[in-house]
Amino acid sequence: MSTSIHIAVWQVAASLALVALAAAISFWQKADLERDIVVATGRSIVQLTLVGYAIKLIFEADTIWLVLALLAVMVLFGAITARHRAAKVPDSFGPLLIALALAGGTTLGLVVALGIFEPTPRYLVPVGGMVIGNAMTASAVALNRLGDEMGDARARIEASLALGATAREAAAPTVRRSLRSGMITLVDSTKTTGLIFFPGTMVGMLLAGASPTDAVRLQLILLYTLLGSVSISALTATLLAYRNFFTLAAQLRELESGPAR
Amino acid sequence: MLFELRDVGLDRGGKTVLDSLGAGIPEGATAIVGPSGAGKSTLLRLLNRLADPDRGEILYRARPLRDYEPLALRREVGLVPQLPALLDGTVESNLRYAADLAGEPLQLEETLGHAGLDPSFGERDVKKLSVGEQQRAMLARALAQRPRVLLLDEPTSALDHAARDTIEAALAELRRELEISTVLVSHDPEQARRLADWVLRLEAGRLAGCGPLAEVLA
Repeated sequence: MSTSIHIAVWQVAASLALVALAAAISFWQKADLERDIVVATGRSIVQLTLVGYAIKLIFEADTIWLVLALLAVMVLFGAITARHRAAKVPDSFGPLLIALALAGGTTLGLVVALGIFEPTPRYLVPVGGMVIGNAMTASAVALNRLGDEMGDARARIEASLALGATAREAAAPTVRRSLRSGMITLVDSTKTTGLIFFPGTMVGMLLAGASPTDAVRLQLILLYTLLGSVSISALTATLLAYRNFFTLAAQLRELESGPAR
Repeated sequence: MLFELRDVGLDRGGKTVLDSLGAGIPEGATAIVGPSGAGKSTLLRLLNRLADPDRGEILYRARPLRDYEPLALRREVGLVPQLPALLDGTVESNLRYAADLAGEPLQLEETLGHAGLDPSFGERDVKKLSVGEQQRAMLARALAQRPRVLLLDEPTSALDHAARDTIEAALAELRRELEISTVLVSHDPEQARRLADWVLRLEAGRLAGCGPLAEVLA
């Protein structure tokens, strides 16, 4: 799978023409996104360039410790980002951090243990980034749903508690729906992959000159890896986070009056 | 005394909802009355530990409530909330859920009958019940646990007169047939007169009266 192509700076610069087009459409239709488009473009250049250099350094140093440090930083920033989407869940940072670390650790550990990828920076960095990124999205979606549902189903949950149900029993239907919404996007996109859209890895491989067979096989491996990571992260995040809505005496916490402690 | 309130206080969002309540609730039928916002429902929720007071203490059968395991307590002291909140499924599946939680065998027809519902209600989808029927299904669900005490939060507030009368008849029947003590929250003194022997009157979170019906609601 060792292919490489060279992209010149002028080629990147030329693609900015399409950014200008996007900004022009926004301006013309008064979508009020021009400023965001400029900011997004600027950030993408800076962030990706920095990450590119970081990855270059890590590849050259070729030690597993730097890879692990990079993955740890990704987990940390992933949890911080996801926390904003899970604003209605009290103390969501801990569950998210554990969910992302567990999802990343388990899936990367498995693909290495099964001999699918070598434990080298060239594989672990890009695969780790995808795994943690998807785990972040899934757990953020799941906890966002959990926060909404715990609010909507408050009466029903409390009615179950009033019958002597444990917090876990009372929250079970809500937890189930939240887990489902965290996983469904990837499951659905896996169903339609190749029909409605070409996934990124495959596109990248084909552009880089790999054979279509290799591109498809790598894409399949990654899709299955992501399914594993998404389910682990959504499950861990919801199972840890729902508890934060309850006290130890199986009472629903009052959340309207600010952060109840 | 069934329940004893000792200087019970509770705050929510910086406001005092219950203020230094001291009162006794004997076995039998008790009503907690008062205008809306007086703290009646809040007090009811404290009695089976859906919430705990910030100050003071509540005793149940002469033991502090906090000494009871909350889940076991709630199976013994059942609460029927103000608005129906049944689980998706049939009436029977809801009753079975409650009976299983309490480790009691489910006697479907008998339990439905106590709540004024005929046996055919067992297989009805809860989504297709009227509010009055849902309220009675909630009562039946609580009864499926064979509680010793029932806490009822405005059980007829959302109902028309006919539906209210059915529920009240079911509650009166319960009192005669099963030895269940009831604590009923109501904004309607007339309902208290019909259903209770003992009355607690709350006003703005404070106790405005406590004693036999004839004394408090004279």
